[in-house]
Amino acid sequence: MKLSLTKVVNGCRLGKIKNLGKTGDRTMDVPGCLLYTKTGSAPHLTPHTLHNIHKVPAMAQLTLSSLAEHHEVLAEYKEGVGKFIGMPESLLYCSLHDPVSPCPAGYVTNKSVSVWGVGGRVEMTVSKFMAIQQALQPDWFQCLSDGEASCAEATSIKRARKSVDRSLLFLDNCLRLQEESEALQRSTIIGVIEGGDVMEERLRSARETAKRPVGGFLLDGFQGDPMTLETRLHLLSSVTAELPEDKPRLICSVSRPDEVLECIERGVDLFESFFPYQVTERGCALTFSFDYQPNPEETLLQQNGTQEEIKYVHQTKKIKTTGCNQEMTSFEINLKEKKYQGDFEPLVRGCSCYCCQNHTRAYIHHLLVTNELLAGVLLMMHNFEHYFGFFHSIREALKNDRLAQLKELIRRQAS
Amino acid sequence: MAAAASPSSMESAPRIMRLVAECSRSRARAGELRLPHGPVATPVFMPVGTQATMKGITAEQLDALGCRICLGNTYHLGLRPGPELIQKAHGLHGFMNWPHNLLTDSGGFQMVSLVSLSEVTEEGVRFRSPYDGEETLLSPERSVEIQNALGSDIIMQLDDVVSSTVTGPRVEEAMFRSIRWLDRCIAAHRRPDQQNLFAIIQGGLDAHLRATCLEAWLAKWCHVRTRDPRQQTPGHREAEQMTKRDVPGFAIGGLSGGESKNQFWRMVALSTARLPRDKPRYLMGVGYATDLVVCVALGCDMFDCVFPTRTARFGSALVPTGNLQLKKKQYEKDFRPIDPECACPTCQTHSRAFLHALLHSDNTAALHHLTVHNIAYQLQLMSAVRASIVEKRFPDFVRHFMGTMYGDPTLCPTWATEALASVGITLA
Repeated sequence: MKLSLTKVVNGCRLGKIKNLGKTGDRTMDVPGCLLYTKTGSAPHLTPHTLHNIHKVPAMAQLTLSSLAEHHEVLAEYKEGVGKFIGMPESLLYCSLHDPVSPCPAGYVTNKSVSVWGVGGRVEMTVSKFMAIQQALQPDWFQCLSDGEASCAEATSIKRARKSVDRSLLFLDNCLRLQEESEALQRSTIIGVIEGGDVMEERLRSARETAKRPVGGFLLDGFQGDPMTLETRLHLLSSVTAELPEDKPRLICSVSRPDEVLECIERGVDLFESFFPYQVTERGCALTFSFDYQPNPEETLLQQNGTQEEIKYVHQTKKIKTTGCNQEMTSFEINLKEKKYQGDFEPLVRGCSCYCCQNHTRAYIHHLLVTNELLAGVLLMMHNFEHYFGFFHSIREALKNDRLAQLKELIRRQAS
Repeated sequence: MAAAASPSSMESAPRIMRLVAECSRSRARAGELRLPHGPVATPVFMPVGTQATMKGITAEQLDALGCRICLGNTYHLGLRPGPELIQKAHGLHGFMNWPHNLLTDSGGFQMVSLVSLSEVTEEGVRFRSPYDGEETLLSPERSVEIQNALGSDIIMQLDDVVSSTVTGPRVEEAMFRSIRWLDRCIAAHRRPDQQNLFAIIQGGLDAHLRATCLEAWLAKWCHVRTRDPRQQTPGHREAEQMTKRDVPGFAIGGLSGGESKNQFWRMVALSTARLPRDKPRYLMGVGYATDLVVCVALGCDMFDCVFPTRTARFGSALVPTGNLQLKKKQYEKDFRPIDPECACPTCQTHSRAFLHALLHSDNTAALHHLTVHNIAYQLQLMSAVRASIVEKRFPDFVRHFMGTMYGDPTLCPTWATEALASVGITLA
């Protein structure tokens, strides 16, 4: 696989990763995102409804937390997880954890890391981890790593150091086992940068990991609350500066449009797409504009329909959601609100998704009020399409030297 | 309306059914319904999309499965989102964006089954909304008014629904009241050219009552009191007109409850023996595969049931030998599709093992995979039944079907064997 950058401007990298996949002929755009899945399936969607979505990323993210407990089944299946889940054509990246469900801290040891599936905790030593990857045969996989230094409020230097030491040890062992595994010859190990919020340790992690023959880097533990954003972004810049330019940089647990742009400016290439899923789960639809060369009136209309409502969206709202107790952002509208009961407009005017082409806000509102399953299906289709469209616009903006306009447009819409 | 001079006028309902083939042994028929949103081949199974949605599958997915008619539920939709909003959305077709046919029931069944505090009088059914506690009256006029707003291609009369396990005078009262309510529905129906109002034959499990009900429909004419302005005298006397009332189709109601299968099939057979040959017979609430095949043999054309879609959401996949409870451990490493003969998208792409894993996760996609398959199963079954009738091999089809389902035709349940025998099909 080869990362070719066509442009680097203000720290943002634009390019393509080529020669991907088992047959070596697939390509991926950067900056880009990965299709978020749960137990190997896009949430709410079957292949039919997934194929209704335009610009679905070439690579899907699987989570070990949802698949580790099916290890035996996959081993017996023998043909790899892609075929098992009905996505034989997709590139696959296997992360350790599910970004939506944080895992309990305190379970990493010198010898093992744990993930949590439906059936409970699955503890993995390096050899068990690699055995599972052998059964999965993904294109890329996150190496076993210790991410707990970023869990606690303030990490001690000692804990940060341990996270780096352990992760490097795991990496060396995994690389060694990969050499001995026929089945994993075409899979790429992604090295994980740890170190909590301790600069020295972050730099050490970056430099040391970069010395190993990994295919790319996962920047772990850079998520957190808005209070510490500046610090984390500063840390991120310093880390990416240490990484080789010709290998992709992924980041986990960062998916909001504004944060995505901040990270791209600091040298990040690939993101998870769990944000549209969280929006779906709270009965909301993404409506933020990423049309940085618009008819100004059109932008405002697309968001919510009226001038007055633009001011309204700047308030954040707490909404109880299934599993993810996240606050609603100003990038979205809440279809449960009574005002949508008789609104026969599509979710977003001009959106080409199946939901906006076929249904109205009033219908989605009805489905949510009556607790119908189709609400999740239609919202997921719209939210994914909207989000993938956003990434497309990032690439276009970079190509046309318009990222500043796009960034300003997103900043105006962020709360 | 007819002129005052003639004593009787012909008010004939459209003939919406064309018979294509009839089994020479049994009462099975293959036909085609001509409905406002396109033709529908019969016998037909109609999936139930209660609240303007076929559960987790999109209109496009339902269309791709070959579904050309499905159900919406007047009781639920009448409460949420309400007929006024649906009318603004260009009817139920517009609201849910379904291009093919819709059938709505009257709301009567939900009255009795869902609402614990409902009261039936001659006026209608009085109940409290479970959502806002408001008291509402569902009368024949109100039911038709809502269904007119919904704009469904087939609408059902409001009937006085009584559980099939009830006996005694209440059954007779309900039967006669249903006849009176049909007349009120017909009178209130504002769109007879766009919507086909079906009558519902009641009578519980009493053969005599059912026969009486059937006779009332098939009488050469019914008395209907109407007010003809040209007849009005200064005393405002009503003019009584003899008008022949007709309906485009009949439903057999009041079955598919707690009654025994033995009683069930006899009431169906009694009804189909007397209903007009050239009109569709809709057997309400019937959906198990065996029941469908037997009742086609008895002469029914249309069926609906929540079973296939509901059981899908519990992880159960329908197959020619019964069903697979895919959550069970035995499917954990079963890499075959649900049914290798099935052409549905689920069976084309996914294994039982994957569905098993997905069913144990919280990803709702698992339910949608099974909903797609179960609807496909029902529709493919009806297609196969129809083809066998057209190709004059329906009795053989029935024997083969029972053999596959029960291991041996002789192991078929007694009621089904007897029902089939009554129309000339032997299984041994």
